[in-house]
Amino acid sequence: MGLTSKDLLGIQGITSEEIRLILDTAASMKEIASRDIKKVPTLRGKTIINLFYEPSTRTRTSFEIAGKWLSADVINISTSSSSVVKGESLKDTGLTLQAMHPDVVVIRHAVSGAPHLLAKLLKCSIINAGDGAHEHPTQALLDLFTIRERRPTLEGLKVAIVGDILHSRVARSNIFAMQKMGMHVRVCGPPTLLPRYVESLGVEKHLSVERAIADVDIIMMLRVQRERMGAGLFPTLREYSKLFGLNLDRLKMARPDVLIMHPGPINRGVEIAPEVADGPYSLIQDQVENGVAIRMALLYLLAGGQNN
Amino acid sequence: MSTRREKAQVLDPVGMGRAITRIAHEIGERNKGVEGVVLIGLRSRGVELAQRIAAKLEEIEGVKVPVGALDITLYRDDFGRAATQPVVRRTEIPFSVNDKRVVLVDDVLFTGRTTRAALDGLMDLGRPQCVQLAVLVDRGHRELPIRADYVGKNLPTSRNEAVQVFMAEEDSVDKVVIYEAVEE
Repeated sequence: MGLTSKDLLGIQGITSEEIRLILDTAASMKEIASRDIKKVPTLRGKTIINLFYEPSTRTRTSFEIAGKWLSADVINISTSSSSVVKGESLKDTGLTLQAMHPDVVVIRHAVSGAPHLLAKLLKCSIINAGDGAHEHPTQALLDLFTIRERRPTLEGLKVAIVGDILHSRVARSNIFAMQKMGMHVRVCGPPTLLPRYVESLGVEKHLSVERAIADVDIIMMLRVQRERMGAGLFPTLREYSKLFGLNLDRLKMARPDVLIMHPGPINRGVEIAPEVADGPYSLIQDQVENGVAIRMALLYLLAGGQNN
Repeated sequence: MSTRREKAQVLDPVGMGRAITRIAHEIGERNKGVEGVVLIGLRSRGVELAQRIAAKLEEIEGVKVPVGALDITLYRDDFGRAATQPVVRRTEIPFSVNDKRVVLVDDVLFTGRTTRAALDGLMDLGRPQCVQLAVLVDRGHRELPIRADYVGKNLPTSRNEAVQVFMAEEDSVDKVVIYEAVEE
């Protein structure tokens, strides 16, 4: 059993069987985090390069920890201190890295499709850690994993994704992933932050948060990207928070056992109230913890396959 | 392309039950009781085998012996060389192995490479007082300096044969079968 592709570029390119294999492998990997000695020898002698063109705390750190717990050598390249500032193109950076014989390159880039370009160019495995407003597949996988820990049968679950759907690669990957697993997805946000024809993805569109969250199993809040405010997409943070933020009052409209998720980083008091983010049904910390297990599973499945 | 054909059944349910009973008695004898003894089965048939030995030990000694499950996939030495990628299964050892008398339990002892991986995996979890090895079938052909402390049945085989242990919990029947390769 293994993945069919050498790369993980998006949820769109993998099957529900492959998603299940990744989640099952991650469930086995999770035990390692509870050990005194958090290291297994599996990827000894393998090299993983983290190539991040955009800032990141949890994704980059969890890839680094995942690689190290599997005994791989992990190198982090942050573009602000690399030849990228001298104007090196993505293609040339990729070829330079290839000459150093990495087994996996993890890339985050502001341009959609950047990982796909590298995947065609390089012989090693490429993992997409977020490309523009396109996909963020490892986030969607860890979200599914986190949900499955609480609700073992994913099929039939209802999810409301609330916030800036238009610019969110997390929303896109989650929509694809959840639908592949037979879940029902609704999106909700200000009209300016919902893509046109979003229904063509097979999701329900809501403009009222109250109605969107009324009978769902999971509420997934997205970060308000403050940098979007200048573009006139919504007037003020205060108004956004009032209309679309998840606070205790609004939460009363949802099912009492609803699970609350957020990919982070959160803006406390904007899209999510502190009492909700830290509340009993919040899975935000689980999401971070499970990120390591999911990335260990992917590194195992990609770096350890027959294609190497 | 080669397939395999059943050559002989070497243990039936009764024979398997006897072998397990004898192993349990020997474990009690060697360790002078079961004080500090824990059983760790190797996924997947070794786990069921460990549970059966534990049940037998409880009958004999009147004490419940802790049972854990160890998956050795992450410690294999043929990583990236095997034809198909092995599935990682869960290691579940709900007790500390420190200063315990650990009995590793596996269904078939062959090259010894699985046992080597299990020893490495076990040592990452703690420092047992000692480690012993119990197997239902020892089929020979060791490639490493490893031997079993408790053997259900010694089974001379040729290298191109295969030995498979079936257990009721997973396979709905108790038996050990030897297969020979058939060239097509």
